[in-house]
Amino acid sequence: MVEEESVRVVRCGGSELNFRRAVFSADSKYIFCVSGDFVKVHSTATEECVHILQGHRNLVTGIQLNPNNHLQLYSCSFDGTVKLWDYVDGILIKTFVVGLKLHALFTLPSAEDSVFVIINKEKPDVFQLVSVKLPKSSSQEIEAKELSFVLDYINQSPKCIAFGNEGEYVAAVRDFYLSVYFFKKKTTSRFTLSSSRNKKHAKNNFTCVACHPKEDCIATGHKDGKIRLWRNFDDDKKYTYTCLHWHHDMVMDLAFSVTGTSLLSGGRESVLVEWRDATEKNKEFLPRLGATIEHISVSPAGDLFCTSHSDNKIIVIHRNLEASAVIQGLVKDSNIFTGLMVDPRTKALVLNGKPGHLQFYSLQHDKQLYNLDIIQQEYINDYGLIQIELTKAAFGCYGNWLATVEQRQEKETELELQMKLWMYNKKTQGFVLNTKVNMPHEDHITALCFCNAEKFENPTLVTSSKDGHFKVWILTDDSDIYKKAVGWTCDFVGSYHKYQATNCCFSEDGSLLAVSFEEIVTIWDSETWELKCTFCQRAGKIRHLCFGRLTCSKYLLGATENGILCCWNLLSCALFVFKPSEPRPLYIQKNISREEVQWGVFVPRDVPESFTSEAYQWLNRSQFYFLTKSQSLLTFSTKSPEEKLTPTSKQLLAEESLPTTPFYFILGKHREQQDEKINEAFESELVQLPLTENIPAISELLHTPAHVLPSASFLCSKFVSSLLLSKETKSGEEIPEDVDMEEGKESDDSDEENDFTEKIQDTNNTDLGEDLLHQLSKSEEKELRKFRKVDYSWITVL
Amino acid sequence: MGEFKVHRVRFFNYVPSGIRCVAYNNQSNRLAVSRTDGTVEIYNLSANYFQEKFFPGHESRATEALCWAKGQRLFSGGLNGEIIEYDLQALNIKYAMDAFGGPIWSMAVSPCGSQLLVGCEDGSVKLFQITPDKIQFERNFDRQKSRILSLSWHPSGTHIAAGSIDYISVFDVKSGSAVHKMLVDRQYMGVSKRKCIIWGVAFLSDGTVISVDSAGKVQFWDSATGTLVKNHLIANADVQSIAVSDQEDSFVVGTAEGTVFHFQLVSVTSNSSEKQWVRTKPFQHHTHDVRAVAHSPTALISGGTDTHLVIRPLMEKVEVKNYDAALRKITFPHRRLISCSKKRHLLLFQFAHHLELWRLGSTVATGKNGDTLPLSKDADHLLHLKTKGPENIICSCISPCGSWIAYSTTSRFFLYRLNYEHDNISLQRVSKMPAFLRSALQILFSEDSTKLFVASNQGSLHIIRLLEGSFKHLHTFQPQSGTVESMCLLAISPDGNWLAASGTSAGVHVYNIKHLKLHCTVPAYNFPVTALAIAPNTNNLVIAHSDQQPLPNDKTLLYNPLPPTNESDVIRRRTAHAFKISKIYKPLLFMDLLDERTLVAVERPLDDIIAQLPPPIKKKKFGT
Repeated sequence: MVEEESVRVVRCGGSELNFRRAVFSADSKYIFCVSGDFVKVHSTATEECVHILQGHRNLVTGIQLNPNNHLQLYSCSFDGTVKLWDYVDGILIKTFVVGLKLHALFTLPSAEDSVFVIINKEKPDVFQLVSVKLPKSSSQEIEAKELSFVLDYINQSPKCIAFGNEGEYVAAVRDFYLSVYFFKKKTTSRFTLSSSRNKKHAKNNFTCVACHPKEDCIATGHKDGKIRLWRNFDDDKKYTYTCLHWHHDMVMDLAFSVTGTSLLSGGRESVLVEWRDATEKNKEFLPRLGATIEHISVSPAGDLFCTSHSDNKIIVIHRNLEASAVIQGLVKDSNIFTGLMVDPRTKALVLNGKPGHLQFYSLQHDKQLYNLDIIQQEYINDYGLIQIELTKAAFGCYGNWLATVEQRQEKETELELQMKLWMYNKKTQGFVLNTKVNMPHEDHITALCFCNAEKFENPTLVTSSKDGHFKVWILTDDSDIYKKAVGWTCDFVGSYHKYQATNCCFSEDGSLLAVSFEEIVTIWDSETWELKCTFCQRAGKIRHLCFGRLTCSKYLLGATENGILCCWNLLSCALFVFKPSEPRPLYIQKNISREEVQWGVFVPRDVPESFTSEAYQWLNRSQFYFLTKSQSLLTFSTKSPEEKLTPTSKQLLAEESLPTTPFYFILGKHREQQDEKINEAFESELVQLPLTENIPAISELLHTPAHVLPSASFLCSKFVSSLLLSKETKSGEEIPEDVDMEEGKESDDSDEENDFTEKIQDTNNTDLGEDLLHQLSKSEEKELRKFRKVDYSWITVL
Repeated sequence: MGEFKVHRVRFFNYVPSGIRCVAYNNQSNRLAVSRTDGTVEIYNLSANYFQEKFFPGHESRATEALCWAKGQRLFSGGLNGEIIEYDLQALNIKYAMDAFGGPIWSMAVSPCGSQLLVGCEDGSVKLFQITPDKIQFERNFDRQKSRILSLSWHPSGTHIAAGSIDYISVFDVKSGSAVHKMLVDRQYMGVSKRKCIIWGVAFLSDGTVISVDSAGKVQFWDSATGTLVKNHLIANADVQSIAVSDQEDSFVVGTAEGTVFHFQLVSVTSNSSEKQWVRTKPFQHHTHDVRAVAHSPTALISGGTDTHLVIRPLMEKVEVKNYDAALRKITFPHRRLISCSKKRHLLLFQFAHHLELWRLGSTVATGKNGDTLPLSKDADHLLHLKTKGPENIICSCISPCGSWIAYSTTSRFFLYRLNYEHDNISLQRVSKMPAFLRSALQILFSEDSTKLFVASNQGSLHIIRLLEGSFKHLHTFQPQSGTVESMCLLAISPDGNWLAASGTSAGVHVYNIKHLKLHCTVPAYNFPVTALAIAPNTNNLVIAHSDQQPLPNDKTLLYNPLPPTNESDVIRRRTAHAFKISKIYKPLLFMDLLDERTLVAVERPLDDIIAQLPPPIKKKKFGT
C-alpha cells in the first residue's frame, strides 16, 4: 500500500457549494453543484452525494446540462477547459481546451455546437460574453479556439446574464443599465436607470436578471430590493416596466418557473418569495431558510426548486414551497473563534458554524453531521448589530462534556460573558445544556481546559481569563432534593500577582495544572490547588501551553507571542528554548497555501497508515487539517486525488434499480455500510447497524416471488432479528482507546499549530531548501537532549 | 429685487373640495372636473392646463357623473336625480332635467355622441336622445336589482356594460335587454366582504369588459361568453375608477389607497401577434382615494379626495421635453379668492359659503434682510359673513378704502357698507340692487373706491358709482355683437381712467372710463389670459398668459425696483433684469403691494390642507 510519494497539500472538501447556481438533472433525480475543483452529484431524494466529478485543475465556475443530451453535463473552470461529463456513470467524456480563464458557462438548445462563456481578456475588470464553438471530434481532448464575441463590458457573475425566448436575445445587467442583445437582428438595446446620488435612486443598481421562458419579459433584481419586469424592450421608446417590491434588501437572485407563471426571488431576508402571475398581491413565502439566499434554480421538470445559501447549503424545495432536502457543506459564514477541534466521540471536526452554533463536520464524508445551537437566541440579521459571539469551546471527558463561552461587547465597559456546559446524552445522541454560568470572569476568557485524566472521578474544568484569575470548576451535586441533578460550581480561584492569565493546561494524568500568566508559567497541584512552582522566562508572553504525553509527560511546552517555543522539564525544572529555525523540525512543507494559515488540528485516523519514510511518520496515526484565512480546509495527503475518494457508482445503480420502498432504504443503507466495510478495517463507534451476514435474510425476502413467500408473521421475526446487533461483532468492533493517543510531539503540534505552521512558512526562505529530515526512531529523550545542546548554545550566544 | 417688508399670511384656512369626476374631451383637448361641492371646472390642456372656466357649486347638487358629448356639450348627473347641461359660453347652467330614477350614479355618451345613458339608484338604465338644444328621454333598459354605478358603451354602440353591486350586466342596445350577467367574486383576500361594488367598467372593441371593484380587483371579462378571463388583484382597498385610452392599448385605474396603476397591452413575444394586458407602473401621487381618472393621449389624469388634480405625462408619448413632460399637480382654483384693502390693511378671504375679513398684524421691530420680525399686534379676524342659500360664492371684492364689500352668487349680487368706529365695525347691506345685477363673474372697485365694476355672465360690463349708503348705475358696456362671451378678468388703472377686461379666449378690451367707451382691443394671443394689471405711472397694460413664457426681450419697459444698495456687485448684476424670482413662498395664493415698501403674500401650505382632510386609508409602511 505504501509508496514513497511526496506529501501534497490537498483540498479536502468543505468547498463552497454555493459558488454557482445548482443545476437539476432533466428528471429532477439529481442535483449538481460546484464544489471547489469538483462537481458534486447529489440525489435530490436522499441528499446523498452519489458522484464526484473530478478532473478540473482549478475552481469550477459553471455547470450546465447538455441541452442535446440530458444525461450529459458541461462544466467550465478557471483552468481554461470546458468538460463534458456523463454524470450517470461519473465519466469524463471530453475536454475542450479554451485556454482562457472561464468565469461562467451558458448553454442553449438552439446553439447546438457552441456554448457561451464569460471571459476577461484585457483589463481585469472588463468581462465579455463569447460563444465558443465546440468542434466535433472523437479525441478526448480537443482545442476549442473559435470564439465569437457577443457582449462586452458585462458583469462577471453569471447571475447578471440571462438568455430568453429560446435564445433569441440575451439580457445582461451591470451597474445601472440593462442591455439586451438580439441575436437575429444583431442589435443591442440599452436601458438605463437613474443613478443620481439622491436618496431615492441611489440603490437602483442591478443585481441579477432572469428571462421569462415563454414571453418577452425580463425580470431584474435591484439593490434596493425591487424587482422590475421589463416588457416591450425591443422598442427603445415604448419599453415599459413594472415594479414588485417586497425585499427590503438587495435581491440576490431571480428565477422563473418552467412555465413562467411564477417568479422566485430571494435575498438576505432568507425568505424565498414566489410571485404568482407576476402580481404584487399574489405572492407566497417560504421563510426561515437560515441564511442569505445566494442562488435560486429551477428543475427542468418543474417539480423542484433549489436555493443556495451563504452558509454553504443547498435546500431542495418542492413546487408547493416545502423544503424537502438540505445539502449542507462546511459552514464558512462566520469568524472561526473556537479554532478547529475534534469531537472525541464522532471524530468530527468541530468549529464555529452558523452564527451562534457549533458545527460538527465529518471529514470522511465531507458533510455536516449536525449543528449545536449554543447561543439559543434568534439571530437578527442586520448590519451593524453587535452579535453574541461564540468564542471558546472545549471537549472533555472523552466527549461527555462540552464547555462553551460566548461573549458580546457593545462598549468597552459592557462585557456580557456566559459560559455553558453541555452534557452528552446517549439517548438523544446529542449535547444537552447542563449548567449556564453568567459572567464566569470579569474579563475575556482566554482558555478553557478539561482535565482528561481517568483517575479524576469528578470532571474538572479550568478557565483562565484576562482579569488575572483562573477558576477551577467541578461537577457537583446540585441543590436538588432528589440529589439527582448535577451541575458545575466554582471550586477554586487562583491568581498570580494580578497578571493576566493567558492559557492553562492539565498534564496528562491530571495531577498538575499549568497556568500561564503573561510571561510566567505557574504549576499547580490539582489535588490541593497549591502553587508548586513557577517558571519565569523573558522570551515573551505565553500564548499556548501544553504538557507532553505518554513518554514525554514530564515536559511542558509553551509558545510565546514572538515565535519561540519553550520546553520545561518538570522534574528538573530546567528550561529549553527552541527557536524554530534552529532545532530541526520534523518536516517542512513549503508553499502550502497562498494565504495565512489560521488554525490547524490533528485528526486521528480511522485506519492508521504505515509510512516507512521517517519524514511522514507523523502522518501515521493522524492527519493534519488546517484552515486558511479564506476558510478553505486543506490537508496533507500522499494519495493521488483519484484514490482519495472512492467512487460510489455501484450505489447509484442500486438506487436506480430499486423502487422507493421501506426496504429500499434499508437496503440502501446496507450497501453503504458494505462499502464502508470493504474500505475500512476498523469500524467507527458510530456504526451500529447490522452487518454483512444479515443481508441474505433481506435479499431472500426481496427476491423471492410473493406467492411462494411464507407468511408475514414468520418472516417478521427473522427480519427483525436481522436488524439487531449481534454481540460478537460488537466486541470485535471495539477500538483501542489509544488511537487518539498520539505521540507527544504530535499533540504538541496540534495545540500550537498556529504559530508553528506560520513560523515554518516564515523560515522557509532561510532554509536550505531541502526537506529536513529528523530521526524520530530514537527515543524522545535523546531528541530533547539534543535540543538541550542547541538551547545552551543559543543562550551563550546571547 | 427691492427691499420689502412682507406680510406672510398663513391664516387663510381654505380647503378646496375633493374631486369627484373627471371627463376628458379629446376633440377640444379640454378636461372637465367636478368637485364634491358641485363645482365644475374646465381645464384647457393645450393652454398649459389653465382652468379657463368654472361653474359654481350648489349645496344640493352633488355631481356623480360627468361626460362630454360631441366635443362641446357637457352633461352632469348627480344625487338630486337631475341631468344638467352646462352652457360653456355663458358659464351658466343651460337646463336641468329630472331623470325620474332617483339619484344618478353614472352616465355615458354613445360613441357617436347622439345618445346619453344614465344609470340610476333604482337600478334602471335610461337612454336619452341628445337633440341640438336639449335631451329627450327615449326608453328604459331592463331594470336591475340595485343601483347602476358604472356604464360603458361598446365602441360600435351596439352593447353596453353596466356595473352594479355584485354583478356586471351586458345590455343589447337595440332590444334593451340584458344579454349577460357576470357575477363578481365577493371574496377579498380570502375574507368574504358584504358586497362587491363595481365602481367602473370599460367596454373594449374586442368585446372585453374591464371592471374595477371594491375588493381591489381589476377583472377582464369576455362579454360574448360572459366569463372571467383574467384577474388582477392590485389593492387592499377599493379600486374606484378606470379610464381607457382611445387606442385601447393602455388604461389607468385609481385606488382608494391613492395609487394609480397603469395597464398596458403588450405583445407576449416580439414575433407573435398575441397580446396581453400587463400592469406596468404604479404612481403614488395622491394620499387619499382616487375617485376619478382620465386618459388623454399623452397623459394620465387623476383626481380624488385629497383635492389635487394630477397630470402625469406618459414619457414614451411625449416628443420633446418641455412643460408638457413635467408632472402637474393642480390644487387651487385659477382665480382670485382674496382681495385686499390697501388703506386699512384688510384682507377679504372668499370661501365656498362665507367670507372672512381679517386685519393684518403689525410690527414695530426692524431687522436685517431675511429676518422674521416679531408681531406687536396679531392679525385680527374682524368679520365672518355667511351667504344665504345653497349657492357657492362666485367672486368677491373689498374696496381699497375698506368700506365696501361686494360678492355674488349665481343668482344674487350683494353689496355691503362697512363702518369703522374705533375697533368696532358695523355692516350694512345695500338693498335694492338693480335687476340687471343678478350674477357677477368678476367684481372690481376703482382705486378711489368710488366706482364698482361688475362683469356679468351675460358678457356685459356694468359701471356703478358708489355714494354714501347708496349707488347709481353709470353705464353698461354691452358685449360685441354676436358674442356672448363673458368677461372674467378686470383691471383698473390707478388713476381710474382705464379699465381692461378679458374674457376666456378673446383678446383684452380696454375701456376709457372718462368717456365711457371702448378704447381699443388687444389682439388675441394663442394662450388665454391669466392675469391683468395696469402699471401706475406709465399706464402700461401688463398681460400674463398661461403659457408662462417670459416677454420677448428684456428691453420691455417695466418698472425695475432699485436693488438693495448693500449687496455685492454680482447680486446687483443678477438683479438688473426686471424679473426677480423668489422661491421662499409657496404655494402662493395672493400677492399685493400695500405700499411702496410693504408686500402682502398669502400662502396655503399643502400640509395644512392634508391635515384638514379625513384620514387616509392606513397602509403599513415598511420599517415603521
